[in-house]
Amino acid sequence: MLSYIIRRILSLIPVLIGVSIIVFLFIHMIPGDPVLAILGERATVENVERARHELGLDRPLWEQYFLYVNKIFHGDLGRSIRSNTPVSQEMATKFPATVELSLFAMLIALIIGIPAGIISAAKRNSIFDTTVMIGALIGVSMPIFWLGLMLAFLFSIFLKWLPFSGRLDPTIILPVKTNLLLLDSLIAGNWVAFKNSLAHLILPSLALSTIPMAIIARMTRSCLLEELGQDYIRTARAKGLKENKVLLRHALKNAFLPVVTTIGLQAGTLLSGAILTETIFSWPGIGRWIYMAIQSRDYPIVQGAALLITLIYVFVNLLVDISYAFLDPRIRYQ
Amino acid sequence: MEEALSEIKGTEARYSFFRQAVQRLWDTRSARIGLFIVAFFVILAIVVPLVFPYDPKVDSNLSMKLKPPSWEHPFGTDHLGRDVLVRVVHGAPISLRVGLAAVAFGLLVGTFLGMIAGFFRGALDSLIMRLMDIMLAFPATLLAIAIVAMRGPGLNNTMFAIGIVSVPGYARIARAAVLALQEREYVSAARAIGAKPMRVLFRHILPNGISPLVVQATLNLATAVLEAAALGFLGLGAQPPQPEWGAMLSDSYKFLTIGAWWPVLFPGLAIMLTVLGFNLLGDGLRDALDPRMIVKSRYF
Repeated sequence: MLSYIIRRILSLIPVLIGVSIIVFLFIHMIPGDPVLAILGERATVENVERARHELGLDRPLWEQYFLYVNKIFHGDLGRSIRSNTPVSQEMATKFPATVELSLFAMLIALIIGIPAGIISAAKRNSIFDTTVMIGALIGVSMPIFWLGLMLAFLFSIFLKWLPFSGRLDPTIILPVKTNLLLLDSLIAGNWVAFKNSLAHLILPSLALSTIPMAIIARMTRSCLLEELGQDYIRTARAKGLKENKVLLRHALKNAFLPVVTTIGLQAGTLLSGAILTETIFSWPGIGRWIYMAIQSRDYPIVQGAALLITLIYVFVNLLVDISYAFLDPRIRYQ
Repeated sequence: MEEALSEIKGTEARYSFFRQAVQRLWDTRSARIGLFIVAFFVILAIVVPLVFPYDPKVDSNLSMKLKPPSWEHPFGTDHLGRDVLVRVVHGAPISLRVGLAAVAFGLLVGTFLGMIAGFFRGALDSLIMRLMDIMLAFPATLLAIAIVAMRGPGLNNTMFAIGIVSVPGYARIARAAVLALQEREYVSAARAIGAKPMRVLFRHILPNGISPLVVQATLNLATAVLEAAALGFLGLGAQPPQPEWGAMLSDSYKFLTIGAWWPVLFPGLAIMLTVLGFNLLGDGLRDALDPRMIVKSRYF
């Protein structure tokens, strides 16, 4: 197992080098002079030269790359052009909001997606199965930002049941420790803050959960159906086991491996920033931060955030691979 | 005798791979629905601009702003008094054009790279496939957003970015197809009669390995339309006043707070229906082109 993990980590090295080169080259993809694009056409010559020097753009390309990598190893992702604060510092304040949203969305996706997939497979071709599969197909075909807007219109504007934007009402004061507001409010024993932050969390996480929910439901159903056609299932049925036991004890256990992978990959996607959902619901996470940076042409933020998000994505995928090998010994001996 | 011959011919025709695939596609109700939806939007995209030309630059009537759906304006009007139905209909060619261009780019570049890698193997294969691995390490939407953010907003950069992020998918499929097919007898025969490598690759291997690429391209059209809408919504795709569906949502969603739901609902429905059509068709094609996967009426 250990050798598999080491092999898998080593295989990441060229990928990570490549990722760093592509992210580094982002700033060189700006048409024309990147400094002028950042500062605007009216910038003075001194300002342009200073910015060029600060960004290291006055050095040869290879030197710029090695400087960039050196900085990354020292935790320096550059500074925001607008606020002049370090990108890594800003990122640390935004990340917990994205983690909270992603985890909650994943929870909703699992609670609905897995049972829906199991029941669909057990009652194949029933009305329930058809409804779930049509729902799942619509789920993956829907722009989630549009679904988010429609949910917001229905539940916040029309019915006024849930808040539309932000993480917590500004009137509520909560000491921030982890910046995961549900956890912080529990630590502080502040139930008003807990209920309020939960209410803020529901709509964005519901919108965000749609695609993973649909994919998990489809995957659970198809894997379970495949297992239900196997000989050992017939044996289990032949020896008189109840259908529920056949389904949950025998088939589900074996069908779960690809489902776990799907869940992991979806978690990676969610954690890597829900740019659209966060933008609609003014959720102060990484996704909205990138959106704001794009709007204000704060390229170091776009560059730094893209690098870190990709690292998270790669790391989560690595964990999925390792967990897969842990669950299925055949993988690690290949 | 003739009767017997025509019977044999009929049997042959029934068993030709293409005819069988088309028949299977038509037999699957979900694929049929997908085909109808896609055909509807394609016809809309071709016919409407010819019959009803539209100039978004001069379309504005502030006295009619944010009127709810009525007989006169079935989808209502937006914040500039523009008919939402007219704009949704004229958005179809834009979304389909972006989708098709992005998919064509990804398909051509990805297939070419994958085939070269699989055919020549060695260092070239390693180089191309490692590059594809690196691109796959990025979350696709993030990479597309980053590319357009750097290159500047606009439809051309949107097509380019969406096309680029789809390249690795095609490259992997094409490479796998080449690896599987190049050991076949007809490929050896082509080589034996002196066909040059490129001829073997593009005249003998490509036509036989094209099925999975067609499926991927159809499913990818769905993703491309969604991504184009997302980029448009973020202000990175089509620029106002172009009637692109994502940009229309971005223009109108601020007015939800005053109860104007119609300029948001209809462009979103158009995106969803188009994507649904491509998804249904892509799933149907996958089943039809792969005889092992025949599952009739998957969703209905």
